[in-house]
Amino acid sequence: MRHTPFARALAACAFGIGLGLTASASAQDTVKVGVILPYSGPFADAANQLQAGIDLYIAKHGDTVAGKKIELIKKDTGGPAADVAQRAAQELVVRDGVDILAGFALTPEALGAAPVSQEAQKLMVVMNAATSIVTEQSPYIVRTSVTIPQVNTALGHWAFENGIKQAYTLVSDYGPGHDAEKSFAQGFTDAGGTIVGADRTPVANPDFSAFVQRVKDANPEAVYIFVPGGAQPAAIGKALVDRGLAPPATKILAQGELTHPEALASMGETARGVITTFHYTLERDDPLNKEFVEGYTAANNGREPDLFSIGGYDGMHLIYEALKKTGGDANGDKLLEAAKGMSWQSPRGPMSIDPETRDVVQTVYIREVQEVNGKLQNVVIHEIPNVKDPLHGAAK
Amino acid sequence: MIGNIAIVLFDGLAFGMLLFVLSVGLSVTLGLMNFINLAHGAFGMLGGYVAIVAMRQFGSPFLLALAAAFIVTALVSIVFERTLFRRLYRAGELNQVLFTIGLVFVSAAAATYVFGTGQQPIILPDWLRGSVDIGGTRFGIYRIFLIVMALIITALLVFGLERTRLGARIRASVDNQRAAQGLGLDVDKIFAITFAVGSGLAGLGGAMAIEIVGLDPSFGFHFLVYVLIIVAVGGLGSITGSFVGAALLGIGDVAGKYFVPEIGSFLIYLLLVAILLVRPMGLFGKR
Repeated sequence: MRHTPFARALAACAFGIGLGLTASASAQDTVKVGVILPYSGPFADAANQLQAGIDLYIAKHGDTVAGKKIELIKKDTGGPAADVAQRAAQELVVRDGVDILAGFALTPEALGAAPVSQEAQKLMVVMNAATSIVTEQSPYIVRTSVTIPQVNTALGHWAFENGIKQAYTLVSDYGPGHDAEKSFAQGFTDAGGTIVGADRTPVANPDFSAFVQRVKDANPEAVYIFVPGGAQPAAIGKALVDRGLAPPATKILAQGELTHPEALASMGETARGVITTFHYTLERDDPLNKEFVEGYTAANNGREPDLFSIGGYDGMHLIYEALKKTGGDANGDKLLEAAKGMSWQSPRGPMSIDPETRDVVQTVYIREVQEVNGKLQNVVIHEIPNVKDPLHGAAK
Repeated sequence: MIGNIAIVLFDGLAFGMLLFVLSVGLSVTLGLMNFINLAHGAFGMLGGYVAIVAMRQFGSPFLLALAAAFIVTALVSIVFERTLFRRLYRAGELNQVLFTIGLVFVSAAAATYVFGTGQQPIILPDWLRGSVDIGGTRFGIYRIFLIVMALIITALLVFGLERTRLGARIRASVDNQRAAQGLGLDVDKIFAITFAVGSGLAGLGGAMAIEIVGLDPSFGFHFLVYVLIIVAVGGLGSITGSFVGAALLGIGDVAGKYFVPEIGSFLIYLLLVAILLVRPMGLFGKR
C-alpha cells in the first residue's frame, strides 16, 4: 500500500478515534471537580492565588487519588455575583457532570452555588468566602479557609487582655466588614473594653484621609481596621501614619490582609508595630510551612502564598483525603461523612473540620510587624489554639 | 476645629488635583475633538506601569519615572490614534463608546498577562514621604507635591493653548476644521499632537496616583467614573473647568466623608446632579 497523504490522514483519524474511545472508557475513573472563582475582574488576583494553591497541591500529590484521576473544570464568575455563580454551578452539575463543587473566593459566589449543591447532593468545598453564615446555606458545604468572627473575636479578647481599654473601629461597608466590626467589638467589649466610635468606608474607596481624620479627632488608644485585600491596605496604612496615628502612640489592630506582603512593601517603615490577627502567617517558622512557601514561590515566579493560596491548598487536601476514605466513591453524602471531623497538619498549623457545623477549626495567630534580619515581616506574638467560629448557632 | 477644616480642605484639594491630572486630557480631547475616549483611564494605567518598570527594572529616580510615564504614554497613544482612533472621529457616539470601552477590557487583559493580577507597590524617595507640621496640623508631603504638580500643569496648559502658535492652531482647527484646513493647517497632525498630550497627561496622572490609590489591571475602570464626572462638571474642553471641577469633587468627597460619613460616598453624585441641573453644559462649558 502506497502511503499517500490521504491514507496517512485516514490513519491519523483512525488513531484519533482510538484515543477518543480509550478516553471515554476511562471516564468512570475520574472525579470531576468544578472550580468556581472570579478569574477575571477586580478580584482576579484572589482567584489566581487560590488556583495556584490548588495547582500546587495537585503537583505535589499527583493527579490520581484512590485510583481516580482528578479533573478540574473551571468557571469564571467575574466578581461577587451570586446569580452567575449559581448558573456556573448548575452548568457544572448538569452539563459537565461534576462530582464536587469547589473554589468560592467571595461570599456571594458561595451563597449562589449553595442551593445547587443541596439539590444535587454534591460536596461543596468553600476555599475562601469567610462570612460566618456560608456553611449554613447547604448541608453539603465544608469550609477550609477561615471565618471573620473566628479571628476577630479572638483579637478583641486579646487586645483588652493586653492593656488596650478603648478602641475605634473603621471597616469597609459590606458584609465581611460588618461581620468584622461586630465580632471585634463583641470580643473587645465582652472582655471589658469600650468602643469609642465606629465608621464604615465605601467598599471601593480610593482615599481614606477623611475617615482617618475622624479617628484622629476621637484620639483613641487603638484603632481597629478591616479593609479587603488589594490596594486598600497600603492606602489606609499610609493615611494613618501621615496623620501621626501610629504605634506606639496609637495601636493599629486589623485582620491579616492589612499587612500582606505587597502592602508591607508599599507601606515600608510605616507598618512597624501594626498588630494583625490571622489564620495563616507566611513567615511562621514551621517545616511544613517552609516546604509550602518554597514550592509555591518556585511555581509562581517568586510570588508568595496568601490566605487564598492556603485555602485552596487545604481544600484540595480535604478532597483528596475524603476520596481516600471513601475508596474513590464521589457520592456527596459519603464524602461529607468522610470530611466531618477530619483533622490534619496544614502549613498554617493544626486544623480540623467541626463535625457539627462543617466549618474550619484552627489556631488563630496574633502577629506584630517587626524587623527580622533587616526586613519587616509579621511575627507571631501569640497563638490561640482550636478556635471555632463563635457565631454559629448564636445567630438563630 | 479650624485645623480640622484646613486639613480636610487640603486633603480634598490634593485628591482633586490627582483627579485633575488624570482627567484634563480627556476634557481636551472630548471638548476639542468631539471624540469620546473611554479608554482614557487605560492610558493612565499604562503610565502607572511604565513608572513602575522604570523604577524597578532600570532603577530610575521617581521624577524621571514620571517623565517616562508621560512620554511613553504619549508615544503609544500616537500609535493608537494613527491606527485606530482616527477611523472613528466621524463615527457615531455609540461606535466610539463601544470601541473605546472594548479597548479598556483589552488593556486590562494585557496588563494581567504581562504584570499579573497583583498590586504594584511603589517606593517613594525619602524627600516625598512623611508630613510637615504647619501650625499644629500635619500636611502630607506627597499631597503637597500633587497640588504643586497640578498647578504647574495647569499653568503650562493654559499658557500653551492661549499664548503659543500651536495653541492657536489647535483652537482654530477645533472652531472650524474646514476653514483651518483651507488655510493650510495640517488638522490631522494637530489632532494627533493634542491627543498625545492628553493621553500623556493621563499617563502622568496614573503614575502619580499609585502612591494614593494603588495600581492593578482594573485601574482603567476604577477611575473612569471620576474622570467622566469631572469632565461633565467642568465642561467640555475647558481646562479651567476641569481644574475647578476636580477641586470641587475632591473637596466635596473628602469633606462629605469627614462630616457625614454615613452618606459621604453619595455626596459627589448629589453634587454632580445639582451642578448639571443648574448648568447642563458644566461649570465652564461653552457648547
